[in-house]
Amino acid sequence: MAKVKGTIVVDTETCKGCEVCIPVCPTNVIAMSAKVNSKGYNYMNLVGEDCTGCTNCAVVCPDGVITVYRVKV
Amino acid sequence: MKELRLMKGNEAMAEAAIRAGFDGYFGYPITPQSEVMEHLQKERPAIRTGMVVLQAESEVASINMVYGGAASGKNVLTSSSSPGISLMQEGISYIAAAELPCLIINVVRGGPGLGDIQAAQSDYFQAVKGGGHGDYRLIVLAPSSVQECSDFVKLALELANKYNNPAMLLSDGAIGQMMEKVELFPQQPRWTLEEIRKKKPWATNGRLFNQERHIVTSLHLIPEKLEAHNNHLQAKYKEIEKNEVRYEEIKCDDAEYIIVAYGLASRTAQKTLQLARAEGIKLGLIRPITLFPFPKIPISTYAEKVKGFLTLEMSAGQMVEDVRLAVNGRVPVEFYGRTGGMLPAPDEVLAVVKNVFKI
Amino acid sequence: MNIEMIKPENLVYTKTKLMTDNALSYCPGCGHGTAHRIIMEVIDEMGIQEDTIGIAPVGCSVLAYEFMNIDMQEASHGRAPALATAVKRLWPDKYVFSYQGDGDLAAIGTAETIHACNRGENIVMIFINNGIYGMTGGQMAPTTLPNMKTATSPYGRDVKEMGHPLKMTELIAQLPGTYYVTRQAVHKPANVRKTKKAIRKAFELSKENVGVCFIEIVSNCNSGWKMRPNEANIWMEDNMFPFFPLGDIKVDGQLITK
Repeated sequence: MAKVKGTIVVDTETCKGCEVCIPVCPTNVIAMSAKVNSKGYNYMNLVGEDCTGCTNCAVVCPDGVITVYRVKV
Repeated sequence: MKELRLMKGNEAMAEAAIRAGFDGYFGYPITPQSEVMEHLQKERPAIRTGMVVLQAESEVASINMVYGGAASGKNVLTSSSSPGISLMQEGISYIAAAELPCLIINVVRGGPGLGDIQAAQSDYFQAVKGGGHGDYRLIVLAPSSVQECSDFVKLALELANKYNNPAMLLSDGAIGQMMEKVELFPQQPRWTLEEIRKKKPWATNGRLFNQERHIVTSLHLIPEKLEAHNNHLQAKYKEIEKNEVRYEEIKCDDAEYIIVAYGLASRTAQKTLQLARAEGIKLGLIRPITLFPFPKIPISTYAEKVKGFLTLEMSAGQMVEDVRLAVNGRVPVEFYGRTGGMLPAPDEVLAVVKNVFKI
Repeated sequence: MNIEMIKPENLVYTKTKLMTDNALSYCPGCGHGTAHRIIMEVIDEMGIQEDTIGIAPVGCSVLAYEFMNIDMQEASHGRAPALATAVKRLWPDKYVFSYQGDGDLAAIGTAETIHACNRGENIVMIFINNGIYGMTGGQMAPTTLPNMKTATSPYGRDVKEMGHPLKMTELIAQLPGTYYVTRQAVHKPANVRKTKKAIRKAFELSKENVGVCFIEIVSNCNSGWKMRPNEANIWMEDNMFPFFPLGDIKVDGQLITK
C-alpha cells in the first residue's frame, strides 16, 4: 500500500479539552497541550510525526474542531 | 347562486374550514364538538382541496401539530371543548409567543372539571385573558349563530394571518349542536408555494437556495431580548385593539339600560329586549363579537347616557369585569348568570333587570 | 505539522458547513455535539439542506437550532414528534426529523412518541439516551439505570419504587408503523461511523414513505454522571450497553430475532 502521511489542523479556541479524541488515535500522535485557550481549556494538538490522516480524532470530536489532511507519499 | 344549507354549528365550522382554504386540521374527539372532525373526515377534503385532516392521540398532540404546521407556513386549525382547550394552553402560549397564525375553536361546555356537555360561557377568562403562561392574547371571535360559525372561521383565518397571531372561535355546546339555515361562502383556493414564501417568509419549510434558513422558536434566554419580544407583542395587541373591534348594537340609541351579552346569551337578551320594550322599558343590547379586542369604547360611550348595564353570561361572571373596566364606575354594572350548562330564560332576565334597577 | 500538506486537495475531513459557527452549548465531551454533526454531515452529503426541517426538543438540545444550519422548529417538551408529524403531512416531499433526549421522548412525550410511530409517520426520529435529565441538572430519567445515583435518586434508582429503565426503542419496534429501528453510540470512531450510516439509511428510507425510522444513540452525560468524558464513556460501555444493547432492532420492517 502506498505510504500515507497525514496532518491535522485544530481550532484550539473551540476545543473544550474533553480528551475524547486522545485514546482513539492509532499512532498516539495527539495529546493535550499544557497551554489553555481563551476559555481556559487545555486544547488538543498534534505532537507526533506519524499521523496517517485516518480521521479518527476528527470523527469522534463532539465540537468538530479537527480538520484532517492526507497525502499519498 | 346562494348555497343554503341546514347545518349544525359544528358542521358549519368544519365546512367553512375546507372552504376557507385551510391546509390542515389536527384534532381529538370531545363532546360537544366531535362533529367538526367527523364532518371533515366525511368530506374527504384531501380530495376536495388537498387539505390534511388528522386525528391525534390527545389535545396536547393536536395543538402541537398545529404549532408545527403553522410554523411551516401552512394555514392550520384545531377544535376542541373546554377540558381539551385546557390541555392545549401550553401549546397556545408557544404559538402566541412564536407569532404563528392559526385557528383554535373552543365549543365551550359546562365546567369546571369534567363538568357536563351543555352550553356554557365559563371559558371567557381562559380565552380572553390567556389561559397559558406569559403575557399573550388571542384574537377571540364569539359566534351567536350557525351563520356566524361559518363566517367567523373565514374571518379568523384572515385576522390570524394579518397579525401573525393565533385566533380563537369561542362557541358553545348549544350553537355547536343546533341546526340553522346557513349560507356557505364559495371555496377559497389554498395558498400556493409562492404565496406562502411571499406572505410567510419566516416559515420553516426548507429554505430555498441561498435564502437564509429560518428558526421558529419561543425561546429567548437573554432577558433583554425576551422583554423586547414582549414589547413587540404588546404593540401588536394594541394595533389589534385599534383596528379589529367588532360588536353589534340593538336599540341602544334611546336605551336607559343596556344588556351586554355575547354568543348564545345575546340571543336570550334579544328576546328580553322585546319583552321589555313591550312593557315600555327602554332596554338595549350591546353584543361583543370580538371578545379580544373587547369593545370598550362603545360601552364607555354609552356609560355617559344610560342608567346602568346588566351583563348576562352563562358563567359565574367573567366578561362583567371587562364591562366594569369600560364603565369605570360611572353607572352600576350588574351581573346575571346561569352556570352548569343552564340557559337563562328571557323573562327570567327581564325580572332581574326590573329588580336590580328598581323599574 | 507539515504545512505544505495543508492544501484543499489533501483535505479528507472538516466540519460540515451545515453546522453553524456557534460554539456548542454542550458540556465538554458530550455526545450531543457528535450526534448533531453527523446528522448535518448526512444532510450535507445528500444535498437536502433545502428540503429538510428539523424539530428540536426541550432539554440540553433545546438549542439544537443554534447549531444545525437548516430550517428548525423548537417544540415544547415532549412534543417534537407531533410537530414533525404535521410538517411531514403538510409537506410530504420534505425530509423531517425530530431530535429528542430521553426525558423528552420517553417521559413527558411518551404518547407522542408511541403514536407517531404507530401511525407510521414518514419521519426520522433521533433519540439521545443518556439516562438522565441533563439540562435541568441531572435528575432521574425514564432510562436511568437501577441503583444509578442522580439528583432525584440520590441513593440510587430504586426499581421497587420507581420501576425499571424504559426500553422505549424496543417498545416502538413492536409497532408496525416503524420500519427501521436501531440503537447506536457515538463515543468511539467506529461507533460514530456506524451511527452515521444508520442516519444516512434512515434519511434515504424516509423518501420511500415506509414509516418511522428510529435511531437511538446511547450517549454520555459527563456533568450528570459526574465523570470525566472518557471515564463516562467507559462507564457507559460497562453499564448502559448491557441494558441498552447496541445494534439493529428492526430492519426493512422486520424485527431482528436475536
